[in-house]
Order: sequence, then structure tokens, then C-alpha cells
Amino acid sequence: MEATALKERENQIHVTSEAPFDIVCNKDSLAGAVSQRACVFCGSRVVLYPIADALHLVHGPIGCAVYTWDIRGALSSGPELHRLSFSTDLQETDVIFGGEKKLYAALRELIERHAPKAAFVYSTCIVGIIGDDMEAICRLVQAEYGIPVIPVKSEGFKGNKRAGYQAACDALFRLIGNGDTAGISKYSLNILGDFNLAGEIWMIREYYRRMGIEVVANITGDGRVADIERAHGAALNVVQCSGSTMQLANMMEEKYGIPSLRVSYFGIEDMAEALYDIARFFKDPEIMERTKKIVEEEVKQLAVDLEPYRKALAGKKAAIYVGGSFKAFSLVKAFRLLDMQVVMVGSQTGTKEDYEELAAITDPGTIIADDSNPLELTSFLTEKEVDIFVGGVKERPIAYKLGIGFCDHNHERKEALAGFEGMLNFAREVYSSVMSPVWQFVPRKKVADRKR
Amino acid sequence: MSKKPPRPNYISTTNACKLCKPLGACLAFKGIEGAVPYLHGSQGCATYMRRYIISHYNEPIDIASSSLSEKHAVYGGGPNLKLGLTNVTEKYRPAIIGIATTCLTETIGDDVKMYLREYAEDTRGSIGLPTFVNVSTPSYSGTHMEGFHAAIREVVAQMSEGGPRTKTINLLPGFVSSADYRQLLEIMAAFGLGCTMLPDLSETMDGPALLEYEKIQGGGTPLKAIKAMGRSQATLEFGPTLGAFASGGDVLKEKFSIACHRLGLPIGIKETDQLFTLLETLSGRPTPETYGKQRGRLIDAYVDGHKYIFGKRAIVYGEEDLVVGLTSFLTEIGIQPVLCASGGTSGKLQAAIAAVTKETLLEQPLVFEGMDFFEISEMAEGLRPDLIIGNSKGYPLARKLDIPLIRVGFPIHDRVGGQRILHLGYEGAQHLFDTITNAVISKKQADSPVGYSYM
Repeated sequence: MEATALKERENQIHVTSEAPFDIVCNKDSLAGAVSQRACVFCGSRVVLYPIADALHLVHGPIGCAVYTWDIRGALSSGPELHRLSFSTDLQETDVIFGGEKKLYAALRELIERHAPKAAFVYSTCIVGIIGDDMEAICRLVQAEYGIPVIPVKSEGFKGNKRAGYQAACDALFRLIGNGDTAGISKYSLNILGDFNLAGEIWMIREYYRRMGIEVVANITGDGRVADIERAHGAALNVVQCSGSTMQLANMMEEKYGIPSLRVSYFGIEDMAEALYDIARFFKDPEIMERTKKIVEEEVKQLAVDLEPYRKALAGKKAAIYVGGSFKAFSLVKAFRLLDMQVVMVGSQTGTKEDYEELAAITDPGTIIADDSNPLELTSFLTEKEVDIFVGGVKERPIAYKLGIGFCDHNHERKEALAGFEGMLNFAREVYSSVMSPVWQFVPRKKVADRKR
Repeated sequence: MSKKPPRPNYISTTNACKLCKPLGACLAFKGIEGAVPYLHGSQGCATYMRRYIISHYNEPIDIASSSLSEKHAVYGGGPNLKLGLTNVTEKYRPAIIGIATTCLTETIGDDVKMYLREYAEDTRGSIGLPTFVNVSTPSYSGTHMEGFHAAIREVVAQMSEGGPRTKTINLLPGFVSSADYRQLLEIMAAFGLGCTMLPDLSETMDGPALLEYEKIQGGGTPLKAIKAMGRSQATLEFGPTLGAFASGGDVLKEKFSIACHRLGLPIGIKETDQLFTLLETLSGRPTPETYGKQRGRLIDAYVDGHKYIFGKRAIVYGEEDLVVGLTSFLTEIGIQPVLCASGGTSGKLQAAIAAVTKETLLEQPLVFEGMDFFEISEMAEGLRPDLIIGNSKGYPLARKLDIPLIRVGFPIHDRVGGQRILHLGYEGAQHLFDTITNAVISKKQADSPVGYSYM
């Protein structure tokens, strides 16, 4: 294979069993490498986006707001303020003379129009450069309207998505502690790091309800400001997508003494493990009993339903490239459940520990990549003769141009893939791409067939 | 005549009806053969724009970035720009890298021209270096269309050369669909006119399934042809609202004295006739029979369908030139445009709309620049529209009003095949006419308590 990785990036790619595990990660993207990563603003926006009764105002030129308008599948059971794209749309004069006045006026206008329960104000690259005092403006408007108005320090250039997660956690932390916690059950938890894509958090909440556990706050899927304000009254933080919200859990543990559990709702194994972990935490035999019953009921039917998919997909090869690496663990397990083989796995923002664990749970020869790019991904997919690629919108045309199936596992998807029934949806998604008859016409496939 | 509602005037923008400048520049660069678009800014811009563009075209678009971080924002982005150019050159082997700035690098005052001169010094004697073109596209002034036209202007300004005249026509269509670019090339060929179309997104953003993955998708305007644009016999440029700043046609005229014919986007019979009349003059040939027949069938279709749509009220929004073309088309088929809105601010929209409607319309539509979808939506309530026409971002409005959305332009994020929507020429008008008429009939059928299976 032609060396597809730039020299500076070679140590960000590891092939399992070829050498002792080592990988470099969590560093700035290399200029000109066409990273699949976004920016700090993206990280913050992704995490806070689903809070449906808050105003999300992007303070900057129009691009940052318009590219994030209604892009996610984060559903709300009530208000849908989060689906609108608000911007101060800074102009040249604002850049020269400062954007504070415009921000102040825009905030007032929007709060009066929409009566939100809180407002998040996101800073963007140039706001960081021109030095608008967002903190002061937010304080002023908060005093005027009596709702939390919180600056999110998400200047795009100040790091990658991870820094954005931190900024979002900082913003959320300012909300938490403002609400009354009276009447919260001792069997209670907050859901952290689920964004209610395609209604997933509703499925998860239903499991907790059946277990007899109260959910205090969704952070942030189908999120509400008032719930988050009393999140400090919960007995436990259950953290999915740890990359984005583990920081918040840590901050809450430190200040409010709330312990946390890291879980994944994806795939049968991890979903069941999540519920059992939580049941064990509460040390209540009745909860444990109910949990066992739920898992038993859900899994029994699922095993039957999954069988035809497993039969058809067994032996097929999968590649994974996702934003956070924690999701990748579950995907590896889910593919295993379908008797499929994962031959490549990578993420935009994984940590060394994450990658080490991925290396440990995948087969020898699996490619592990940090902060990859289209050319590298193309060569991985070709070299490994992959049948399905799991990723987001930016990865989709790479797969399709290569004549490879694709499963969207990003925040824009409209299919629920979490929970027990999500596993079935996932199998169906993979199946409907891999088994489509269209591949017979694809040039790559024709050549591969001839070789056989 | 009813009293016209005033234009809403808000400080904040909600659901913008425009995109940012660098996105337009990237798309323009992507229509050049062997090009990699490059953003001098932080990493997020490139990724966001790629995602936005991919969701429309379903095609790869690799946009490189300087990936500036905090320290570069303080000390300047020069070193990262140079490193980025080296890395893109090594991995993509491009013929050309089109560099657009972003609000970050414009605000910190990076001098890209100077960096490029330094880079040329640093790499003197190296072989296989691409051509570099740069354009200033601060996203805090203007829209994606200004970015698009600025990139085209800089490409010809920095690359085209003079010399003995050729018979070639420079065709600068602006931002249209891949199907439209293909259609234009066919028309030019049918007239026997040699043509350099810039940009050409017909293949680069609507490519076939291939055996090998192309690092840079095939197609696009060849560099050699761009160089020769300074020698062409004439420039044909679409864009009735151009003129607030120098366009590619302006530069070619100023630098090389090439006559510039500026037309509206050829949407509908009247605007397309203007194009064909001009092409007859430029080629010295009559309109080829194929197009005469297309035109004839189109008129026949207009007649067959006119009653279903007459007097229907439409809201049109999008890029200014597209809005002008669509409004001209709607007017000639008997649909009343009631609101023509754009996020652009050329200052020329009102006059351009009047020019294409005043002969036919008894009542001029409301025409507003600098609009967002919140404002369009707010005005729509009182305008009793029957349909809305524009990109897929008008869907929430169509859903709220329970009226059809006719998807045209960019982006189409909620349907497949956005790049294959044909707008231009008689064939484009045929497609639009059938789509609109059937949407109106379909709406009536769905709303009917009877549900006839005949019209």
C-alpha cells in the first residue's frame, strides 16, 4: 500500500499485534491533513443543543449558526426552541467596533420573543479575537430578565471538540444547583451524555421507570432547564458518551458528592450491563429483581428477531470511524454479536486509554486510528475489503464512492440505535445496506467477484 | 391594491437565508480541474462546510484547513498555512490549491498573499508544485454568493493571460446545479461554440461510480483553459444582481478588453430566449433544432397546464440571482410571486425583479434583501401563499402553512439528487413547470374530499 498517512501522522495509527501498543492522540489536527474533526464550538453546541426550552444564541458571523441549524436528530417531547438557529450575524462594523451592543440587543429581542427558560450564548472564533465581554453582557441580561444567561466559551480555535465539551460542561455546571431538590427519591439518577436521537432517551427512561428509579434530569437529550437546575438532588449520575459529559459528572461528584457510573446503551451486552450496574448501585433487591425481568423480557424476543440478520451478515467485515471512542467499544461488541468482524476502528477525539482498550478487544491486525482523514480512511477500507463502514455524514461519501455499505451512527441519524430494540434497528440498518442488490453494479464489487 | 406589509426589521438573525462567504469560495474552487479547496482558518470551518455540502451532493469534498489553534491566532497563521500547503501537495498532488480566508484569519490580519510569496521563495526549484490562488472571504461581510463570485474573480485575475484572440467564449454561470452546468456545456457545444466554463461542477460534484477512489474527483475547468480566458472573444456571465463588486467578467473586460455580456440565469422561456439570441449572434448560427423543439414542447406544456396554476401565489427565496430567474419564470406561467426574499444584500434585487416582471405583473411582489427565514415566515402569514419555492431550508415554513415546497437551488438536505435538479434552459423550465403544476394538482387532490383519479 502506498504510504497514505503523512509522516507526522504515522504515530496516530496502530495495527493491533504488529507492534506493542502505542498511539499518539489528543493533539491538534495537522494542517492540510483534512481532519474529520470540527472545533470547540461544535463540541459545545453538540452537547447543549438538545436542551429544548433554552435559547441557543451563537455570537459570531453567520456560518457557525447556519451550519448547525436543526442538524441533529435530538427530539423533544415539548418545546422545540433548540431547533431554531439564532445568530448575532456579526458584520464588519461589529468586528471593528465590537459586538457587545448587538449581542445585548439580540439577546433581549430573542428572550422577549421566545420567553426561554435560560439562554446559552456561544462565542465563536472572532469573538475570542475582538474580545467582547460576553460574561458582562450575560450578567446584565440575566439580571434584567431573571433567567440564567450563560456564556459558553467555545471559540473555535481554542482546541478541538474536547475543549468544547469542557466548555459545555462548565456552562451546565452553572445551571445545576439552582433548583429545589425536595421530593426526589433516594432511587434517582441523572442521564448524562444521551442526546435523545430518534427518541432514544425515552426508551432508556422507560427502562428506569420499570426498574423503579426516578430520572431527575436528562443531560441533555429532551433536556429542560428546570430539571437540570435540580440535577444535584439525584443519587447517581449515569454517564454515556463519557467523552462529552464525564467532566460534568466529575465536577458534580466533587461539589455535590454524587457518584457516577459509566455506561453504554448500545448493544445488548452493554445495555444489560448498564441496567445491572445501576441496580447493583442501589443495593435494593426489588430493583435488581425488576431489572432481571426487564433484561430477560427484552432479550428473549430480541435473540429470535436478530437471528436472520446474524445469519446473513456473519463473516462480513466492518470498519468504524466515530467522534468519540467510547461508542466504538459498543459497536465492536455489537458487530461481534452479529458474528461480523471489525477490521478498522478510529475516532476523532479518543484518549490513549480508549485506544488501548479498543486494541485489546479487537482481533489481531485491526487498524486503530486517531483523528483520521478521507485519504487514510479510503486506504483502510480498500485494504481491508470492508463490507460496511459506520460513521457520520462526512464519512458516508467515502464509503459510497468505494462501493461499500454505510451505517450512520452520528448525531444526525433518525434511527434509534440505543437500547435493546435499538440493537435490532442497528442490525436492520447494517443489513439493509450490506445486502442491497445495488452493489452488483458497482465497479469495485465486480472486480472482487471476478477474483473469487 | 392592498396595503403592503412592512418589512420586519430584527437585530438578531433566526434561521438565516444565506451561508458564509468561504463556503461559496470552496464550491467555486471545487469546479476547477485538479483543485483542492483550502481554508486558512481553524479546523471547524472546513469540517462544517464539508458536512453541509456533502448533505446536498452526496459526493466527497475534501476541504483542507490550516487547522489554526490558539497560539497561531496570537502569533499568526503563516507557518501553519505553509505546512498545510506542503501536506496537501504531498498527499493530493493537486494541480491547484484554492485558498480562502475565514473570519479568524481576516480578523488577526494574516496576509495570505505575503505568505504565498514567502512560500514560493521557500520552495523555489521544487518540482510538482501546484498553482495557488487565494481569495479574501471574511464571513462577516457578504454571503456565500459573494464568496463564490470573489473566488471566480480571483481565479481569472491571478491566472488568466492575454495574447492572440481565440474564438472561445468564457462562460461564468455562477452557482447552479451539476445538471445545469452539464446542460450549459451541451448548449454551447450544440452551437459549435468553444467554451471555457468556470467553474464546472458537472462532474466534480456529481461523479460516477468508479473502480478506483479518486483523491481529487475528475472533471472541472482545466487550468490551461483558465489561462487562455484572457484571450477569448467574449465573456458570458449570469448574474443580474452582480455589480456591487468586481466580477470575473469585469476583470476580464478591464484587463483584457473582453466584452462581457451579462444575462439573468436562463430560467423560463423569456430568460432562456435571451441566452439563445445571444448565442446565435456569437456563433453566427441559428438555434439548433433540438432546442427549437424543446422550446416548442415547453410552450405546449405551458398551455396544457396553465389553468391549474394560474393566479397561484408563491413565495420565492434564495440567492438573489436565482430568485430573479425563478420570479421571471413564475411570472410567465401565470403564478403570482408575492414575496421575493434573499439573505443577500446586493442592493439590486428590487430593480432586477422589476425588470423581469413589470411587463406582465399587475402587482409587483414584495422584494426584500437581507431576510432570514423567521422574517419570511412572519410575512408569509399575511400573504396567503399557495406554494413556496426555494432550497430545502424552507421546509419548516411549508409544513407550517401546509403548502407544497418546490425544491430548487442549494442546499437540498431532505431529498436525494439535489445536484441533479435541472433549472436552466428550456429543459430546466420543462422540469420546473411539471414539478410545480403537479405539486399544485397533488395538493388539490389530497385536500379534496372526493379524490378524483382524473384531473
